[in-house]
Amino acid sequence: MKGDMGNGEIKNIKYTLHISPGKVEINYFKDLWRYRELFLFLAWRDVLVRYKQTVIGVLWSVLRPLITMIVFTIVFSKLANLNSNGAPYGIMVFAGTLPWQFFSNSLSDSGNSLIANSHLISKVYFPRVIIPASSVIVSFIDFLIAFLIMLAIMVLWYSFIPPASIVLIIPFLALAFFSSLGLGFLLSALTVKYRDFRYIVPFIVQFGLYISPVGFMSSIVPEKWRLLYSLNPIVGVIDGFRWAILGDVSQPLWWPGVAVSAVVSALLFVIGFGYFRNTEKAFADVI
Amino acid sequence: MSDYAIKIENLGKKYIIGHQRQNGYKTFRDVLVEKAKGAVDLLLHPFSGGAGAPGAPGADESEEFWALNGVNLEIKAGERIGIIGRNGAGKSTLLKILSRITDPSAGDIWINGRVASLLEVGTGFHPELTGRENIYLNGAILGMGREEIKRKFDEIVAFSEVEKFLDTPVKRYSSGMYVRLAFSVAAHLEPEILVVDEVLAVGDAAFQKKCLGKMEEVGKEGRTILFVSHNMAAISMLCERGVYLKNGEISCYDNIEKAISCYLSQKPNDQPGMNSLIGHPNREKGLKPYLSGFEMVGNARSLENGKPFSMKIYYNFDTKIVSPYFYIIFTNTLGTRAFTLDSVNQNNNIPQVLEGRGEIICNVESMPLLPGNYYISLKLWIQGQKLDDVENVFSFDVEFAADKNDNSCKWNSSSGMIYVDADWTLGNGGGLSV
Repeated sequence: MKGDMGNGEIKNIKYTLHISPGKVEINYFKDLWRYRELFLFLAWRDVLVRYKQTVIGVLWSVLRPLITMIVFTIVFSKLANLNSNGAPYGIMVFAGTLPWQFFSNSLSDSGNSLIANSHLISKVYFPRVIIPASSVIVSFIDFLIAFLIMLAIMVLWYSFIPPASIVLIIPFLALAFFSSLGLGFLLSALTVKYRDFRYIVPFIVQFGLYISPVGFMSSIVPEKWRLLYSLNPIVGVIDGFRWAILGDVSQPLWWPGVAVSAVVSALLFVIGFGYFRNTEKAFADVI
Repeated sequence: MSDYAIKIENLGKKYIIGHQRQNGYKTFRDVLVEKAKGAVDLLLHPFSGGAGAPGAPGADESEEFWALNGVNLEIKAGERIGIIGRNGAGKSTLLKILSRITDPSAGDIWINGRVASLLEVGTGFHPELTGRENIYLNGAILGMGREEIKRKFDEIVAFSEVEKFLDTPVKRYSSGMYVRLAFSVAAHLEPEILVVDEVLAVGDAAFQKKCLGKMEEVGKEGRTILFVSHNMAAISMLCERGVYLKNGEISCYDNIEKAISCYLSQKPNDQPGMNSLIGHPNREKGLKPYLSGFEMVGNARSLENGKPFSMKIYYNFDTKIVSPYFYIIFTNTLGTRAFTLDSVNQNNNIPQVLEGRGEIICNVESMPLLPGNYYISLKLWIQGQKLDDVENVFSFDVEFAADKNDNSCKWNSSSGMIYVDADWTLGNGGGLSV
């Protein structure tokens, strides 16, 4: 705290900044606000760059979930004979695929984002959280595009009229968003120091597809394991999506599970952000 | 008084250099293994100091290195400061700390005003995006708002001279265009404090001049500028005061002429004379250090145009080398070759066969270069095979001799690199001279 004395005499001059080792910056959130446009610029850059030199461009963001959906519908509904309690199986898979894809794209992109932008980190200052956060924003934009187009396909194919309750996906989307951010912060910061996470993240993503209820209903999980199963925050998100889009037809929402998922995602966010803030200052030296 | 822009007290920056690992990255396994080892040690020898103690095995192979140490500096608002020093003296580290890219390990800094730092030209440029898109992106990365960029857009484009290619992806730009565009964005920042690292060593001479002009303009508007460069001419033109950093400490802080002369008169390394080339970072990969040292006789860092000078190349041959070719190559700061000295095709009395250690002396009767900053690179060949190649082993400045100095302002980098003496008179044919 020896620095604060010096700070006193110049307090009235605006923009005074005090740098000293390990100091927790009170300006952090002010800076975050000052650089708010950079979030969008980086996201905009990634969106622009993503489909450059591709022939079908943004259609890729629809094609991937669409194909996944078709394959899952065939595998789980026709081959494994799982049922969806009367709801169209395709729509049920659709309500699971999209949030999952959002979550998994967020993780893989934000996990690698700091390393991919290492030239920025070693040459300019800005709050580093902007980088993984803007990766999550990019995945979110992808999600929105895919969601609208897929919804149109559902309406045409299954003559499915989405109920008004579809707006209830918003809180579940927020849940997905915060878990993505939290894990994104954590994984990106860990990847800076331990490159092992470059291999771990794809593994989590691949594995997660099968342990999350993307191609099946979470109700097939035995009752006593449901709570444990909900520790995966995406379980709550997907259940919520299905409930909002299909109503209680297929499966009533199991609130304890949602609550567990929400708590876990809040925890992930706090831990991820905390770890990121603690290691952020050393990024330029380590990366 | 609190009219300072930057106040630095006792600043230090420590790096830990690990010697054990070949790839610099720590893997998760290493950490797990270390922790496990630590735990085992603790269990086996609970009273002997335990795991994390610095003396524990594994820790002794890393070494502390202070890139900056005990730096104290106060810079007044509106001052233009040049920071000079040899490579590795801590200049870039200082700028990185001031720009908040990295955290100091000790000390305090107070900064009054918004800092914009330009440590590299074109940071954040994305090759796939067009010039227009990159202006916005780069501006945002450097801390400008969208409105601010929009307002200055035309000015930026005009300064960069790339109007025609604004909608072309920058990956199709020539490197000159790229640099021009990048610098233009940066030049239009309006911070109170501008921190600039060696970025002017790019682009052609005319653009360099334009950039210097722009920076001077910025300085006249009362901004504080910190400028790192190896180009003494640019520094002395732009800055009023100079900081000479040596091994992470301030060796001289004075007006710019004094700081520069302090720097130029310093002996390279600490042994007088020879610059060791063993383990030199600029040696071409895979080559053995046959050339072990270089010396500018008299240890001059500043040579005079038209005056004689001599150099020594130290060699260390572990086998018999038959008819070696020694080359000394002179380049300017942009890497353009000015001329080459060649031990075989020029007058020499070096024996046909050399072995062991020794030195080769090369005498030049007259320094042909115009004033400026130059580098020397060395190469060693034998019949059709390159044995050693070390770039930029030595840098020096050329000045006009005192008797010619009155005209020196007429010469600059756009005049070329070589000074050729000539006499100019009026011919008989005509003229209305009387």
